[in-house]
Amino acid sequence: MAEGRIRVATASLAGCFGCHMSLLDIDERLFELLEKIEFDRTPLTDIKHCGPCDIGIIEGGCCNAENVEVLREFRRNCKILVALGACAVTGGLPAQRNHLDLGACLSEVYLTEPGLVNGQIPNDPELPLPLDQVHPLHEVVKVDYFVPGCPPSADAIWKILADLVAGRTPRLGHGQIQYD
Amino acid sequence: MNESDLPSFLLDGEEIPFTPGQTVIQAALTAGHYIPHLCYHPEFVPHGSCKVCTVKANGRPAAACTLPAQAGLAVESDTDELNDLRRTLVQMLFAEGNHFCPSCEKSGNCMLQALGYDLGVMTAGFRHFFPDRPVDASHPDILLDFNRCIFCKLCVRASEEVDGKGVFSLTGRGIMRHLIVSAESGRLADTDIALTDKALEVCPVGVILRKHVGFAVPIGRRRYDERPISAQALDDAPRMMEPKHG
Ligand code: SF4
Ligand code: SF4
Ligand code: FES
Repeated sequence: MAEGRIRVATASLAGCFGCHMSLLDIDERLFELLEKIEFDRTPLTDIKHCGPCDIGIIEGGCCNAENVEVLREFRRNCKILVALGACAVTGGLPAQRNHLDLGACLSEVYLTEPGLVNGQIPNDPELPLPLDQVHPLHEVVKVDYFVPGCPPSADAIWKILADLVAGRTPRLGHGQIQYD
Repeated sequence: MNESDLPSFLLDGEEIPFTPGQTVIQAALTAGHYIPHLCYHPEFVPHGSCKVCTVKANGRPAAACTLPAQAGLAVESDTDELNDLRRTLVQMLFAEGNHFCPSCEKSGNCMLQALGYDLGVMTAGFRHFFPDRPVDASHPDILLDFNRCIFCKLCVRASEEVDGKGVFSLTGRGIMRHLIVSAESGRLADTDIALTDKALEVCPVGVILRKHVGFAVPIGRRRYDERPISAQALDDAPRMMEPKHG
């Protein structure tokens, strides 16, 4: 662990990676950031498990058992946990299935959808089981900070990261809080 | 009448003149002072249901949209305590319905959303209900998405009082409260609603929507992209008390 650097982990659960793309959108400010932080588990490093970290950033809500496991691993290891983006904060578009019966969803997609031949509902033990509803992160673990937006803008993400790295309570101003 | 001849009350320490008969929110908005609100609409008799406009008048909580202005009243509005309460109300509205802003045609023009931005609401906080509220797409030109209704009753009042039709009503109590369409079939297609109805204009959120025009205005140019709701509400407020010369 490099001396004095803030250790940051990120993960995408039931999200679309849009929030991670928006994170990369902070462009050259990434260099400034990388002088102060180092990455633990993230899709950028390909480290598979999260170790002790200062900041954990999660994109996406929980739609299956693996999401819950990863989220709990982050919560155990990260001093500060940030819900990044609409899906992490509200469940987002995946949660639009929440008022539907899961069994009915699976059979429509895998069995009765027109054009399917010999369809079957996937049932490999390797596959995490879907939850009956998609949950925003705060319904599963304690979340310290929320950044809404689909995705949050690069400026909003930058502001939150800069505040956290400087040890300030993160705050977004007008125009940086958005729900869409 | 000159502004200085008018009676006045104090709002957060500032003197607000009023004409007798005005409510606290009317006088405040007219004088250029914003009090957050959701179910209040300048053209309709206040309904006083959302409580977002709650202020403390001489130390007692009251809805600013129904409270008559009185000389000498000391009103607190922009305090941490009251803004916290407003945030909680907004959060409960988000948790109670299904508000998927990224896929909502009203996004950017929605009062609930804009209030959330202005009050700094970052999360609904509560466990989301995710209720099952099927949409009514029966009408060829108008879509009803019940998932976003905040029960402000503005459409009910507009349809009755302005359109003279009574297309909508609210029914049920407490958490069972919901919007219904006054037709035997319960379907919007079987009412005499028209695209020109006032009821279509007044919904502060994305329930009563014109079909075929969704997402016409690009992000960045929608109503609340340009100005926060606190500034917009002041622009929209009637200014009947501009100083009259002579
Ligand atoms: S009605 Fe408003 S708050 Fe609800 S989903 Fe639409 S834009 Fe968002
Ligand atoms: S449909 Fe719109 S105007 Fe009517 S009660 Fe619901 S939120 Fe208010
Ligand atoms: S605006 Fe006063 S109660 Fe809703």
